[in-house]
Amino acid sequence: MSDLHTAVNADESWDLRLYVAGHTDKSVRAIANLNRICRQHMEGRRYTIEVVDLIARPQLAEGDQILALPTLVRRLPEPMKKIIGDLSNEERVLVGLDLRPSRAPPP
Amino acid sequence: MLEKVASGISGLDEITGGGLPAGRPTLVCGGPGSGKTMLGVSFLVRGALHDDEPGVLISFDENIEDLEVNSASLGYDLAALQQRKLLAVDYVYLDPHTTIETGEFDLEGLFIRLAHAVDKVGAKRVVLDSIDTLFAGIPNESILRGELRRLFDWLKSRALTTVITAERGETGITRHGIEEYVSDCVIVLDTRINDELATRRLRIVKYRGSAHGANEYPFLIENSGITVLPVTSLGLAHTVSDDRVPSGVAGLDQMLEGKGFYKGSSILVSGGPGTGKTIIGGQFVAAACGRGERCLVFGYEESVPQMVRNMRTVGIDWQPLIDDHRLTVLSVRPSLQGLEMHLASMLHMLQTVRPAVVVVDPLSALQGSGTPGQSQAMVLRLIDHLKGLGVTSMFLTLPDGDVSSELSIASLMDTWVELRNQRRDDGLERRIHIAKSRGMAHSSDVRDFGIGASGVAVVDRKAHA
Repeated sequence: MSDLHTAVNADESWDLRLYVAGHTDKSVRAIANLNRICRQHMEGRRYTIEVVDLIARPQLAEGDQILALPTLVRRLPEPMKKIIGDLSNEERVLVGLDLRPSRAPPP
Repeated sequence: MLEKVASGISGLDEITGGGLPAGRPTLVCGGPGSGKTMLGVSFLVRGALHDDEPGVLISFDENIEDLEVNSASLGYDLAALQQRKLLAVDYVYLDPHTTIETGEFDLEGLFIRLAHAVDKVGAKRVVLDSIDTLFAGIPNESILRGELRRLFDWLKSRALTTVITAERGETGITRHGIEEYVSDCVIVLDTRINDELATRRLRIVKYRGSAHGANEYPFLIENSGITVLPVTSLGLAHTVSDDRVPSGVAGLDQMLEGKGFYKGSSILVSGGPGTGKTIIGGQFVAAACGRGERCLVFGYEESVPQMVRNMRTVGIDWQPLIDDHRLTVLSVRPSLQGLEMHLASMLHMLQTVRPAVVVVDPLSALQGSGTPGQSQAMVLRLIDHLKGLGVTSMFLTLPDGDVSSELSIASLMDTWVELRNQRRDDGLERRIHIAKSRGMAHSSDVRDFGIGASGVAVVDRKAHA
């Protein structure tokens, strides 16, 4: 399972990877929350989202040191950030990603 | 009947009647540096090399390079085991500073990594070292506790024999109450410092469905692995032998019904400085080696070359005996190790060398390195152990002027040989006397003896008269 959303508009490129385990409620919620947050707060930025299902690719868990699931890893820009949970607390996600909460209306 | 698997720790399987519970988790707790990790590694190496049971090490504390280096000091080659697919190591690093919690989560990632490693080598054994690191790295303790319970259930459902290590707690057994989840077998490791000397101890707090030794046992971590030493009193149920062991001095044998000591008995040889104790010990050892028996000498006052040289001056050559491994001579100062640790290492040497005859020179060196009560108890345990092994043991000692302590040591011994020097105008007269020898009609004479280029010779004046 690998969803790719790309928007080329800003000079800084964001590389996000979301680790999940199968199609659980938590996985589905995390993917939906991430897509929504990116749409609302990443407008005008260039970013990629890769969803990694560790049940299909367990060998990838070691590389990013994944233990808790779901885990969102901001691989770029540096420094690397890790956010765990289903991303339902939007404020915490934005703080974790170093994105200021934006008051811009949804697209 | 509870099935058990060999732990890889020599001595531990004896205390537990076979090892750790098969297919169940065992909790090993102790402070930093108490040997938890190395106990876990030994358990995995044993399974991989000897029991056709590959293993998985999930390390939360040490990275793979450090683990490999530390394990090499015990003689384990973790890299080779990984190459041979007998071991999988996964270093799980948790950085609490980069982790933010944003909603519901679980530790499925840990399960996936563990299952991946288990499948990779077909593991039967697992070590999780140490579980406390999770409490620092996972921001939500109630989720963590629920996941730990699920983890232990998962390990049991896969019938994996598991060692989980945890930090010792101040109020409970472990800092984070891990004993609540693991109830099958709990082992506590402890490092105690007395007089600046460290002693490692191991205790089995709990072993569900199995009898186990309840005492604290000293253990050693050295280049041949971990050894736990059951050094408690074995009781008085030793098998008693009627066989006799010549003393190496014909005239002394003559005083002992013409046959010498009993095999497996303990002999005290006491005398002031220069009375010839060490030479009698040396001759006893040379005679035993001459019969093809293995001997072990613990020398506390002289270096090995010095002992060899001195023996040679009285016609006793130890060197060829040392060269062909019939004789093992150890020269150590017990105070450098601490009494308990010293006893532990003595027993370990006994296991390694398996001698028929042991000489301790002098016993007073052991007594000087602890309180009188401690050293008395230690000598008793040592004698018990030697008797249990059927080893004939000779203890050389200086009279320390304290009659009560001398007598209490002598009372532990089966035979007591007293040596005395008497100064005369025309020189020195050496006297030998059997103060006691249990179970035989020994001579009660005080006889003369001489020390010459061919060792000790006892003179029976009555026979010459």
